[in-house]
Amino acid sequence: MKNPTGNQIVKRIELNAPVARVWRSLTDYREFGEWFRVALDSPFVVGQVTRGHILHPGYEHMVWEARVEKMEPERLFSFVWPLAQFHDKERYSSDYSGAPRTLVEFRLEKTATGTLLTVTESGFENVPAEWRDKARSGNDGGWAQQMKNIETYVEKNL
Amino acid sequence: MSKRISNRIRPAVVFAALGDKTRLAIVARLSSGKPASIVHLTAGSRLTRQAVTKHLRVLQHAGIVRSTRAGRESLFTLDPQPVLALQDYLDRVSRNWDQALARLKSFVED
Repeated sequence: MKNPTGNQIVKRIELNAPVARVWRSLTDYREFGEWFRVALDSPFVVGQVTRGHILHPGYEHMVWEARVEKMEPERLFSFVWPLAQFHDKERYSSDYSGAPRTLVEFRLEKTATGTLLTVTESGFENVPAEWRDKARSGNDGGWAQQMKNIETYVEKNL
Repeated sequence: MSKRISNRIRPAVVFAALGDKTRLAIVARLSSGKPASIVHLTAGSRLTRQAVTKHLRVLQHAGIVRSTRAGRESLFTLDPQPVLALQDYLDRVSRNWDQALARLKSFVED
């Protein structure tokens, strides 16, 4: 493994659907939009950026953006996407030009009952520590809150 | 810098470091956010300087405490943020993927 530190996310899911079906739901921009809850403006094309708007309740103000890296039919679909510094409407910016990016890879494997899908998101080491903190579920407590948390934890455990 | 932090933080080490009353007491003293010296941390406690030094080393190793030199003495500060923030961040991203993949599952299996 390229990243042994646990600084990446790996998800595996068994889907009771043929590989071809899963492939289409990942790479057809309309189908992707259906389950990912994003309205995309254009198809996925290797080397190109696809944009759209998030449809997930509470995040409708956010622009979705990804550049497709690889499309190996029925095997691998990957893209690189930027991370928003703030998720709340007041402070969110759709300018992703200097934003840290992570790589998302969808790997498909045929199984007896359908498809094994493995999703890997890596590159979190590119995310500045202060962004990680600010990205916390929209409740931006920051440093002071962290100190409070530790104090509470310590008081409870002493 | 974030890379260095992420490579250093190991949750098991962090929890082990906090699972000790003396070290929790040290953390409590540092939780005001102000840097403190060994002398300051030892004052008013029954601990020796050596004991405090030893416990500080464990906390430093876990990445919760940092030290800086100020003249002849070292000053210690609490830094819980990298641990909490990194964990929290990855948890959140992880939960989002769980939800998205659950939606994908019902989408393709319908």
